[in-house]
Amino acid sequence: MSVSGVCADPVVRDQWYALAAVDEIGADVSTRLLGLPIGYGLGPGGAARAWRADDGAPIPARVSYGYLWASVGEPPAEVFDVPETREPDRRIFNAGTLGLAVSAPRAVENFLDIAHFPYVHRGLLGDEPHTEVADYDVVDRDGEIWALGCRFHQPRAAAASTEEVVAQYQYRVPHPYCAMLYKSAPGHPDRLDAMGIFTHPLDDERIRAHLFLCLLDDVNTDATIRRFQQTILAQDMPILENQHPKRLPLDPRAETPVRCDKTAIAYRRWLSSLGVTYGVIPAGAG
Amino acid sequence: MITLYDYELSVNCYKQRLMMAILGVEYTSVPVDFYPGWEHKSAEFAKINPLGHIPVIDDDGFMLRDAHAILVYLASRYDPSRLWYPVDDPCRLGETAQWMLFAEGTTNTASSARLHDNLGYDFDIDAVRAGAHKLFRVMDEHLWFREREGLDWVVSGAHPTIADIALFPDVALSEEGGISRLDYPALRRWTDRVRRIPGFVTMPGVIALGESPWD
Ligand SMILES: [Fe+2]
Repeated sequence: MSVSGVCADPVVRDQWYALAAVDEIGADVSTRLLGLPIGYGLGPGGAARAWRADDGAPIPARVSYGYLWASVGEPPAEVFDVPETREPDRRIFNAGTLGLAVSAPRAVENFLDIAHFPYVHRGLLGDEPHTEVADYDVVDRDGEIWALGCRFHQPRAAAASTEEVVAQYQYRVPHPYCAMLYKSAPGHPDRLDAMGIFTHPLDDERIRAHLFLCLLDDVNTDATIRRFQQTILAQDMPILENQHPKRLPLDPRAETPVRCDKTAIAYRRWLSSLGVTYGVIPAGAG
Repeated sequence: MITLYDYELSVNCYKQRLMMAILGVEYTSVPVDFYPGWEHKSAEFAKINPLGHIPVIDDDGFMLRDAHAILVYLASRYDPSRLWYPVDDPCRLGETAQWMLFAEGTTNTASSARLHDNLGYDFDIDAVRAGAHKLFRVMDEHLWFREREGLDWVVSGAHPTIADIALFPDVALSEEGGISRLDYPALRRWTDRVRRIPGFVTMPGVIALGESPWD
């Protein structure tokens, strides 16, 4: 299906991918995107530039939400909308970028999963004996997956938390390889913090994961918030990297019922219905 | 009171946190914005360590840098049993020094591979991984023979030393650098024994005993 990791899947190829936080880009960078060697950098005035490494031909590049995005195919006019980024009192920044030996769909699925919180993020995002995931709704909204009404008992839900809470969660999957999470914002009872995982797939088994933050926290420094989020990310690493196979199996009979997480099942179905073949093991391929 | 200039995801800082937790030493952690702030490379931090790296400790005005040097200091100053840094036994002291130097090697290979894979450091990844495997092979064999003598630790004798603490994080996080421990059973058993040391603490990515999917 994929020759030496280069992507032949048009659905995945024709997407935008966040390569790096703009304020972390210095000199031009050589990397790979979907198996293809590319370069990227910032031109005069901070304009995004990206090119194929083999012949130097330019490829689509842009800046959105503080990241440089590029595509090795024919991407849509805009990156998916994150309306919260237009609210002036939010702080928008990259919590960190971490290289992971895992496919993008595995990383997105982990981001969507609540059930692992008490085991992997004990004392922060979850705690025993509060391991039960209460029922919630998964719906299709304009072709995106939304999980609504998730609630979970959390000892320390965010850097700004001062007490344990029952945190409200919503998930949104607007892109095959990116997901957003909305959760209770400490000190802002009527609004939700927004954060996202934007993956940069180096190939179908290796990614760089950016953790995008769009928060209402007006207490903590960037460094404090980053530390909290990087801790969470690092706790996920051994779990993520030890999943076999590294690509996500889409066959409904695969890996059930190890985790009967509704959002994960909807995500796998959605990838199937989009016809995604890269970074996954399509149903019926085994 | 000790101040530790610290980054939670750094193996070399974890070595200090682990040692102090085991010895029951109280300390204050001053978080350094290592990534993406590169604060340890700032002009401000150069006053604390002109080499621009962490960890550094400040023990009531006594400043010390370099992970393995700090372990020597912590054990010498805060372990009244004199077992963690066995100064009273020339053979064990020599072995401790030998394995501390070995730990420089595991840091420069296994932990460099992790920095390459996780944070995009520019290392020759094949070379550092091959180097780590070579050292792990030596350690695995050494620990296997130790076990046959009924001994648990890298240095001879019944008690662990700072050498175990210096080596453990490089080994326990090797998978993050793409270095599997599948072929090193004695090394895996040793990591379990380290996890059982009273006072043991984890860091993100280091799995506590009984939770690890691969050990
Ligand atoms: Fe997680």
